[in-house]
Amino acid sequence: MSLILLFSLGFIIEKAVLIIALFALTLGVAAYSTYGERKIAAFFQDRLGPSNAGPWGLLQPLADGVKMFTKEDFVPNQSERWLYILAPGAFIFVALMASAVIPWGTTLTLGGLNWNLQVTDVNIGILYVVGLASLGVYGIMLGGWASNNKFSLYGAIRASSQMISYELAMGLSIIAIVMLSGSLSLKTIVDQQAGMWNVVYQPLGFILFLTCALAECNRAPFDMAECETELIGGYHTEYSAMKLGFFLFAEYINMFISCTVISCLYFGGYHFPGLDPNWLGGLMGPIILLSKSFFFIFVFMWIRWTLPRFRYDQLMHLGWKSLIPLAIVNMMLTGAGILFFGK
Amino acid sequence: MQLTQRSKNVVKKEMTFLERIYLPAIAKGMWTTLKHFFRKSNTVSYPKEQREFAPVYRGWHVLKRDEQGRENCTACGLCAVACPAEAITMEAAERERGEEHLYREEKYAAVYEINMLRCIFCGLCEEACPKEAIFLTDRIVPSDYARQYFVFGKDMLVEGVEPDKRVDVTVRQKHITEKNTQPA
Repeated sequence: MSLILLFSLGFIIEKAVLIIALFALTLGVAAYSTYGERKIAAFFQDRLGPSNAGPWGLLQPLADGVKMFTKEDFVPNQSERWLYILAPGAFIFVALMASAVIPWGTTLTLGGLNWNLQVTDVNIGILYVVGLASLGVYGIMLGGWASNNKFSLYGAIRASSQMISYELAMGLSIIAIVMLSGSLSLKTIVDQQAGMWNVVYQPLGFILFLTCALAECNRAPFDMAECETELIGGYHTEYSAMKLGFFLFAEYINMFISCTVISCLYFGGYHFPGLDPNWLGGLMGPIILLSKSFFFIFVFMWIRWTLPRFRYDQLMHLGWKSLIPLAIVNMMLTGAGILFFGK
Repeated sequence: MQLTQRSKNVVKKEMTFLERIYLPAIAKGMWTTLKHFFRKSNTVSYPKEQREFAPVYRGWHVLKRDEQGRENCTACGLCAVACPAEAITMEAAERERGEEHLYREEKYAAVYEINMLRCIFCGLCEEACPKEAIFLTDRIVPSDYARQYFVFGKDMLVEGVEPDKRVDVTVRQKHITEKNTQPA
């Protein structure tokens, strides 16, 4: 009995440490994504970007955080008060949950202990991620609705209809991956790419998934929910102080998680040709995965500062008339490929 | 009537397949932005580094002194007459005995005021000045909260006697001379 208790206590501590580390990592990456976004945007526009707070402006996220916390926390008079307060929390909560199933590496040997670098290897990992991605829209929806503001509501409605239309194509392109690997567990999917990355077999699926991921993260060119020029910020128009900060933060967390999922599904996760993820006591795996996902974060920002926003009807056309049929074709091609050539 | 050669006839045509899948155009656009990513930034971090002003820049006026620190201005009033905005007012006074180290000639401006809100920084005052007493410099007129602070008296206009408080106008001076000697 006591042995079981001891075992489970060790288990709980191990997982708790891992969860806290992941939490810190995710928040840190999200904070520095805001800095990265501003720097990268500046470079794309032949500017310098934030450069006054610390060397090269590296303390800018800190200054932003202080600003967010010390601003007036305003609640509009006619809003649904509790929903209004709940929405940013719901949004960031869902955003932070997704990192639990991502296999960050194999095992990390630290202090004579072996740490499994995945909080939980649920056998429906990718389904869990997709499920959380669709839950994410609730934060936006609640925020837009509770603000009692036309523009916020417009943003929220656009966001939810966009999510519905893009989740379909996203799910269909994931199905092709699942057909290839025969498993929904992210760990299995990653481990099967040790030899060859999925993107080689699934170039179309990758482009579809990338497009849908952009739409799911509400990133330009699909930032319908925000639409700074038309909807003056969309669903978070009425928000201020750290509530707004939560929304913006959650969007960057979503972007980070999406980029990591893309790396896991199509680019071999912690595998890289010529590099063993077990090197450096297992630290090589997370390094590889993080570099991949940082690269994709850069690509996301690159796309944002290149493409103009889609019009709402164009977005719907693209989703329903192009992406979903293409995803179905991709699925059928994958099926035929597996049938005729084996794996 | 055609004003420029740059107008383009817009034709509404169906997009071709390559245009409809967007990807080639997106790749092209991303290549363009990537080239900008590695380009040198045009930013001048303003308060830390400042760009040199062009000699044609006309900013905050200065009333010059000569090498011995005597005011050049003799209060002849030509600048006030030349001023199209009527921004300049002055009161002349006679130089007393013992003030030779302060004023170069027998007459000087006891009061010299430029209303910076009226001034249009055209530079006609420095062209009109026969004594090379007034120049428009590359200093920016500071902002303030109330109108009365924009009437600059001699305290704001006359340069200091000490070498480090002198205002260098050689570039501007050269520019004016060149402009005046140019055939019309």
